[in-house]
Amino acid sequence: MAFEPRVKCPEQDPKERVKNFDDVVLGYTVELAREEAARCLQCKNPQCVLGCPVSIDIPGFIAGIREGDLEQAYTILTESNPIPAVCGRVCPQEIQCESKCILGIKHQPIAIGKLERFVGDWAVKNNICVREEPYKLRPPKRVAIIGSGPAGLACAGDLALAGVDVTVFEALHTFGGVLKYGIPSFRLPKDIIDSELEKIRKLGVKFTANHAIGRIFTIPQMLEEMDFDAVFIGTGAGLPRFLNLKGEGLNGVQSANEFLTRVNLMNPPGVKDCFTPIGCGKKVAVIGAGNVAMDCVRTALRLGVEEAMIVYRRSREQAPARLEELHHAEEEGVKFHFLSNPIEILGKDGRVTGLRLQRMELGEPDSSGRRRPIPIEGSEFVLECDTVIIAVGTKSNPIIGQTTPGLELNEWGYIEVDENQMTTVPGVFAGGDIVTGSATVILAMGAGKKAARGILRYLGIEKEPPNECDDDMDA
Amino acid sequence: MFQIIRHEEFSPITFLWEVLAPDLARAARPGQFVMVRIREGGERIPLTIADYDTELGTITLVIQAVGRSSREMQELKEGDYILDLLGPLGIPSDIKKKEGRVVLVGGGLGVAPIFPQLREYKMKGNHTISIMGFRSRDLIFWSDRFMQYSDEFHIATDDGSFGTKGFVTTVLDDVLQRNPDVSEVVAIGPVVMMKACADVTKKYDVKTIVSLNTIMVDGIGMCGSCRVTIGGEVKFACVDGPDFDAQKVDWDELMARQRRFVDEEKHAMECFGKDCHARKKFEEGG
Repeated sequence: MAFEPRVKCPEQDPKERVKNFDDVVLGYTVELAREEAARCLQCKNPQCVLGCPVSIDIPGFIAGIREGDLEQAYTILTESNPIPAVCGRVCPQEIQCESKCILGIKHQPIAIGKLERFVGDWAVKNNICVREEPYKLRPPKRVAIIGSGPAGLACAGDLALAGVDVTVFEALHTFGGVLKYGIPSFRLPKDIIDSELEKIRKLGVKFTANHAIGRIFTIPQMLEEMDFDAVFIGTGAGLPRFLNLKGEGLNGVQSANEFLTRVNLMNPPGVKDCFTPIGCGKKVAVIGAGNVAMDCVRTALRLGVEEAMIVYRRSREQAPARLEELHHAEEEGVKFHFLSNPIEILGKDGRVTGLRLQRMELGEPDSSGRRRPIPIEGSEFVLECDTVIIAVGTKSNPIIGQTTPGLELNEWGYIEVDENQMTTVPGVFAGGDIVTGSATVILAMGAGKKAARGILRYLGIEKEPPNECDDDMDA
Repeated sequence: MFQIIRHEEFSPITFLWEVLAPDLARAARPGQFVMVRIREGGERIPLTIADYDTELGTITLVIQAVGRSSREMQELKEGDYILDLLGPLGIPSDIKKKEGRVVLVGGGLGVAPIFPQLREYKMKGNHTISIMGFRSRDLIFWSDRFMQYSDEFHIATDDGSFGTKGFVTTVLDDVLQRNPDVSEVVAIGPVVMMKACADVTKKYDVKTIVSLNTIMVDGIGMCGSCRVTIGGEVKFACVDGPDFDAQKVDWDELMARQRRFVDEEKHAMECFGKDCHARKKFEEGG
């Protein structure tokens, strides 16, 4: 049996794409997708499924592509994941499903993520939905979902499929949570998110914006006065962390959350007359080397800066960003300062003028298993920049905790849950970053789905709902 | 969409909106704020709630048209709708019956939002002394409402056209000198005014609370734009505040940070003045 190499997925030329906010990856054509799908061994005992946080029947949906039955592929995908066009783009497949692919042992694993995206995009383009007629339990059961990010959407989707009357409350003016305000459109286009949201809406889920739960209504109020039978908290990541560096209060220093929100939420592509300032200068240094740091530095490039730099105290090998993101950033001309630890932000007249850095070398492994960076004496140097973006993670959001009596939090302010994702308040469930701290879209979705199962059990709805599929979405 | 059911002009640049938002009005407490976005593409603006009426289901906002977005807001009249209104946000002010007297200082932009606090202090049975500051006599508003809940009421005007000539701090200093039993001062207004009040009260060692209306984007504890340094620690006005101990605020940093986007704001205003595309679209959209 001959092993073909992985079919390359077309991308925008790096020189061109840094001038726009369009999708960097162009995606497989039908022909390329079928060619890649043909490489799948269709294992009897598929390891890839074990690597998927939401246990998608991967060989099943790939078989659909091979056979040219994309509707079947989409149906199989959405049995486990309501937003495949999103996850196909943002999941770290290389450490999940693709890392388990048998072909990967000696050859290249199947491009599962790119195939998932292909099917998701096909469904978006052709307006295919899981189910046309929302199915409702009698007597009705009502669940409130707090937050319209990945955890909330996954939970809402599964509950709606089981016939629950679901209302999603979102604090911001638009839906999608981190998918909207956090992930830039060149990695996840806004219309893809909106199409996926529309599909969840068609399952019968109601969406309500401008509602900060914990403030306009408290959770006890929702359960006692507003007739909700259960509540799911998916409020996501919270406040940004800072480094306690001298000069962090200078103008020109922003958190990654602020920078990305100013660009993605307040100045979305295609919307005219946006006046929210972004505060991006000409020479931008991003501190950190995770996916969020890559999103920031690549966004800065697209805003037309002269220099976009990553500053990271460890080495490239230890950078937490996905390899694909690092690779894309390198292709686009980002400058990397690895093994460089920021020790002070320099300024003049209240504005940033540079970063004082110290060179590091790698020592023995630390508690995270990565080799510990050790400062090199006398190696300090100054990196000239006028904007510093701090992308070193987030802390918990305090609002729900402040206003929900009996809700137990851990020492970092994240919500404690049991094996069903239920909190210490009966009927109140939680999942995603507000439980685990910063993680990935798909892990949050996994938690949302697990919570949906927990909620169904709590409500006494164990039976599998009917699962017919209807492709005629014109109705 | 949220309807403006009343628009009242206090001065060429100061105006009031009463907005229909029943759930928000029912939940609002003194000291809290809202985020307003009037149109697609518009800024999210934090505004402290100046009043709320649970029976009418409305909240009142008093706005100064000082920048691009607030100028656009001024053009919205009675019957018009705003696209987004989020709140109430922030931790409500901690208002209790105090042993001694309570002094409430409101200046300029801060006169309106201190009103719900004054009323609440009075309802809790406190002896209240209000000090309101305006640039001149023709800018004065709500003096009747303040008098209703104040045991002692003072107005200062910069030009001396009404009340004491000078700043609120002149009056505050005098009030604190005459009343050694003042146990709390609340000051809301421009950052320079709040800092000046903190300097005065420090001499008398009186607990002083300020409400920090910093530059925000989401307003719900996510982006960190509103960060302030309080007692050497980073705090977030949107979820840790907006009320803070005036003596712990890093005022210099705050004043500098409030000027972060002056260049961008200037550009947006220039565009506005020239009746550019943005304004045209705004008018067409109603």
